[in-house]
Amino acid sequence: MSGQRASMRRRQDLFRWVVVSLSLVFFGLPLFSMLEFTTRDAQGHRTGATWSALADFGAISTRYPDLRAGFIASIGLAVLTVVVMLVLLVPTMTWVRLRLPGLGRTVEFICLLPLTVPAIVLVVGLTPVYAWVTYFLGGNAIWLSFAYVVLVLPYAYRALDAGLRAIDVRTLSEAARSLGAGWGTVMLRVILPNLRTAVLSASFLAVALTLGEFTIANLFSRTNLQVAMYLIGKSDAQISVAVGLASLVFAFVILFAMSFVGGQRSSASPLTRLNRLTRSGRRKETA
Amino acid sequence: MAEVRTRRASGGFRPPGALLGVVPFFAYVTVFLIIPALVVVIGAFVSGGRPTLGNIRALGGPAVTAALWHSVVLSVVTAVVGAVLGAVLAYAVSTAPPNGVLKRFVTSLCGVLAQFGGVILAFAFLATFSAQGFLTRLLGTGGGGLWLYEWDKGLMLVYLYFQVPLMLIVFLPAVEGLRPQWREATETLGGSTFLYWRKVAGPILMPSFIGALLLLFTNAFSAYATAAALVSQGSPLLPLQIGGTFTSEVILGQENVGKAMALEMVVVVAVVMTAYAVLDRRASKWLVR
Repeated sequence: MSGQRASMRRRQDLFRWVVVSLSLVFFGLPLFSMLEFTTRDAQGHRTGATWSALADFGAISTRYPDLRAGFIASIGLAVLTVVVMLVLLVPTMTWVRLRLPGLGRTVEFICLLPLTVPAIVLVVGLTPVYAWVTYFLGGNAIWLSFAYVVLVLPYAYRALDAGLRAIDVRTLSEAARSLGAGWGTVMLRVILPNLRTAVLSASFLAVALTLGEFTIANLFSRTNLQVAMYLIGKSDAQISVAVGLASLVFAFVILFAMSFVGGQRSSASPLTRLNRLTRSGRRKETA
Repeated sequence: MAEVRTRRASGGFRPPGALLGVVPFFAYVTVFLIIPALVVVIGAFVSGGRPTLGNIRALGGPAVTAALWHSVVLSVVTAVVGAVLGAVLAYAVSTAPPNGVLKRFVTSLCGVLAQFGGVILAFAFLATFSAQGFLTRLLGTGGGGLWLYEWDKGLMLVYLYFQVPLMLIVFLPAVEGLRPQWREATETLGGSTFLYWRKVAGPILMPSFIGALLLLFTNAFSAYATAAALVSQGSPLLPLQIGGTFTSEVILGQENVGKAMALEMVVVVAVVMTAYAVLDRRASKWLVR
């Protein structure tokens, strides 16, 4: 019996290595091609010119103002999206749990609604809304955050919901209130620290989604990082491919590093964990 | 008991005051979600200020029906192929040691490709398969790079590069939920590997698999960035058609056809997502560990 088991294990190992190697070739080929493409000069020789140009921030931002604008806009968008998302969701969800449990279903439904609305459809519907946003706040790309918060809503809701499930919101807030804390203190110094992990994963997803967003920004003619890459790609392909590869590698390194940070129980990356939350919203995380 | 305590702690139950706490949230979603939804739904039935079915009728035009057909075929094909390949990869990865580097590496790579791809994937493909691309030059096939821009060839291949990773991410938990005891029980009762997959693992994984398949379908169906960055002429897909209504000249009386197309997309996605929600509830029964 144990011999049979060992041979099964061997077959599994072989199968795993074949499948994973084939997949890595499949996924690695375009990435390698990007590297090859950016290190090629007009005569077909190897050159590091594109990458050294990219490393020279001063020169790159004067030669490609779009890239600079898009980069700054994307950072701002990421920060503002996270802030608005947290300010909007954490107090509301806590409050609903404490005082208005009857509204829980409604809030959940609204938060999950964007899953059925593709970004391109949201653009169509948001056109009149953004006419007003531009009228009141101006045409800065950073106001796209309002739309991005809607895109993040389902994922952030699932992450925060799991976090709130795991703590006893009611007892915590009653204890704080009976010791004389106001609602602001309860929120900032009691609930929020207890939700640290959930807030982190929700924020992480919001940042990832914001940095990768193209549809809304492009159709509203605002320049973020992705739109900048797209625009530069029309005139100077090598630089934009290099930026694309660099941001892809950067995102991968962050994800890979975070997979080691997050807990012993789960081997999955934060995105995987979030997707699991998304898939199993009803599952009790406390169980 | 808990109820009574809350009332005392929060100084009596005052619904109007309690409701004030959720006003910011509802105000926000009204402006940025409900109003856009209404704009699409109402706009689809309005033209020049008057109610009409003209926009809906315009969906029957050859360009729009072709785009819808292309979108659906592209989404179905990439969802099925992506689901099968992703499921095999997920199973292979699930047999690796649970906290090993391999699993972290593959899930991180897939996370990046599935959620961050967009425009960059289009670039990657141009760098690989275009006339000047790495693979084209390596194989010396010359200027055959045009297939890359066609929706049923190049786009299908590009879409697989975010469909397969997404499948791995959503399907891996299901495969990991397969307990070794089930296999041992099958073996103890004299069942072969084939029998185990056909009678035990297969039926357990099926709801998850179909659910993930539907998710992949909506993912491809709503994708815009990769196609927009790759296809510069014509609008073979529905999202590109909708995007086109923003940039091209608007024909008088046709300004709301974009909203009708958007409504069409929402209907398709909503039907598929509802099916997904039903299946997911069934699937999660076996996932609780």
